[in-house]
Amino acid sequence: MTNSPSTAPLLDVRNLSVQFTTRGGTVTVLDDISFTLERGERISFVGESGCGKSMTALALMGLLPAMGRVSGGQVLFKGEDLTTASPARLRRLRGNEISMIFQEPMTSLNPVFTIGQQISEVLRLHRGVDNAEARDRSVELLQAVRIPDAAARVDDYPHQLSGGQRQRVMIAIALACEPEILIADEPTTALDVTVQAEIFALLRDLGAKLDTAIILITHDMGAVAQMSERMLVMYAGRRVEEGQVANVIKAPAHPYTRGLIACVPHITSDVGALVDTLPEIDGIVPPITRFGRDECLFAPRCAKAADECWSAKPQQSDIAGHSSHSVSCWHPFGTEGSR
Amino acid sequence: MSDKLALDVQNLSVSFPMRGRGADGRRRALLAVDNVNFSIARGKTLGIVGESGSGKTTAAMALARLVPKLAGNITIDGIDFGTLDNEALRQARQRIQIIFQDPYSSLNPRLRAGEIVREPLVYAGETSRAEQDRIIDELFEAVGLRPEQKALFPHQFSGGQRQRIGIARALSTRPSLIICDEPVSALDVAVQAQILNLLKSLQGQFGLTYLFISHDLGVVQHMCDDIAVMYMGQFMEYADRKSFFAAPRHPYSQALLDAVPTIDIGAQPAGGKLVDGEIPDLTLPQTGCRFASRCPHARDVCNGGVPQLQDWPGSTGHRLACHLTGTFATS
Repeated sequence: MTNSPSTAPLLDVRNLSVQFTTRGGTVTVLDDISFTLERGERISFVGESGCGKSMTALALMGLLPAMGRVSGGQVLFKGEDLTTASPARLRRLRGNEISMIFQEPMTSLNPVFTIGQQISEVLRLHRGVDNAEARDRSVELLQAVRIPDAAARVDDYPHQLSGGQRQRVMIAIALACEPEILIADEPTTALDVTVQAEIFALLRDLGAKLDTAIILITHDMGAVAQMSERMLVMYAGRRVEEGQVANVIKAPAHPYTRGLIACVPHITSDVGALVDTLPEIDGIVPPITRFGRDECLFAPRCAKAADECWSAKPQQSDIAGHSSHSVSCWHPFGTEGSR
Repeated sequence: MSDKLALDVQNLSVSFPMRGRGADGRRRALLAVDNVNFSIARGKTLGIVGESGSGKTTAAMALARLVPKLAGNITIDGIDFGTLDNEALRQARQRIQIIFQDPYSSLNPRLRAGEIVREPLVYAGETSRAEQDRIIDELFEAVGLRPEQKALFPHQFSGGQRQRIGIARALSTRPSLIICDEPVSALDVAVQAQILNLLKSLQGQFGLTYLFISHDLGVVQHMCDDIAVMYMGQFMEYADRKSFFAAPRHPYSQALLDAVPTIDIGAQPAGGKLVDGEIPDLTLPQTGCRFASRCPHARDVCNGGVPQLQDWPGSTGHRLACHLTGTFATS
């Protein structure tokens, strides 16, 4: 498509910054985010609400809210900078080469169209197929996302489906054009755990089959471990840690990552090993008006915070002996798995 | 024995009338809770887990007399709570309070935080204004809010702080039983830990008994002494925490546990063990195990009558409702 060298990653996000213009002035909601994504790779964005995970995804897709704008950096998709792409170009891209599914399958489907019509819309728009072919293809897609009796269900309206089935339809729509990147923003938060397991299995299978790269946005470390090879931990609009999931979960370097893993009660068959009190991360994410300051924004919640944490933004550094594991912290934990 | 129990529920059933009539010409009704039995000793926590729609919240609302029950006995602190009426019921309601899932919609946006906590005391009608002020101050401190925050409105608080207000309100009448209905599901991960720790420390401090409703098995394992697994209105398994998590016996419990994603990197991807079957229609009388259509172990015998909770062979107190008890391997 473009003349980029074949060694370039599928997606190369470089120093992406996004600012919001509010009544109180300009705030930096995304501050110098960089990451790459290879074809077929699976990455997770992790962090609490309000840390910029979804905003990063929206910035990639050119879907920032009206008060937001990209204030710096590039989003290189196969060598093409999407931050300067025309609205028409982005429309051709979205739902075609880059797709997204959302947390709430109830509200992301249009209640007055059948699910077949909603899948067909994407195909007619991006692939120019006629109605009959679009319908046939919709049935195939519903089969692919394991909706039973797909030929009959294609004429159902969203309210006739369960929550899990609706999310399957969303996946069918998102994958209709065999995109190169699928962004899944908390796709199972509204679903039961048994349904979540089925949706994850489906995403893994279809992602592998179509060689689609998947960006999973989540706060659930279990989901990260099951769904992704790499993870990027975000806090207050910044990237605080990135690395292979196995390395990060085994030896988190940033105090925030460590807190996120430890504060959740993980199931064990040995009840005797359970702690009575969960380790806490004190406090909450700062308001966006504090984002972007030249200090560690996690310092108010951090047990290791010292003078330098309050006086300058920590720079990103690689962790020795672990390729592609990096952290932005003045006082990271060692990689020896020290507690 | 019974004076040690904060709550004893026998044969509780809840039925919701539906529109229209069934094939037999009788009014249709959906049996949302079907003959469940449970009790909680004072100072302990019982967890009810299950998927959405399994009837866990309905059972709790029925025992709190907030939805009408079809049948059953409810004893709270030795008082026959299920049959009380009018003034006696109003008085007894102090003994049971609820912490709700959504800290946004469960607080009156037009009341200041202090007044929200005061409200149950006013309804109980037993305390003077000065006493109420003292209780409110004490509770604000207990749940980790500052005294000056009494004057703020709910929208001025974060989600976790709002849940603290909800907890203070639930504690105000010194109830013996608190129903915690998904108390941390709507909160951010880091805030969940703060609230779970608070609930545990308050339990020790005030000698509280919790009925803890959740779909999150990790949270339930952390919080509860006993676990009941509910499916389509019926308890499928009921055991103490240690016994349950060491060896969940019911195929449904196993499937639920199996579906939870683990941070264990070497672990197999979760799920995929359930059969994709039709779920039973709860407006009709059940003729077999209601889980059989989704159960990977199901056989003909499973459709022969509704299985009742009974002890797992060789154990006391680890009970399950399964026709196949002991006949399939537990992983």
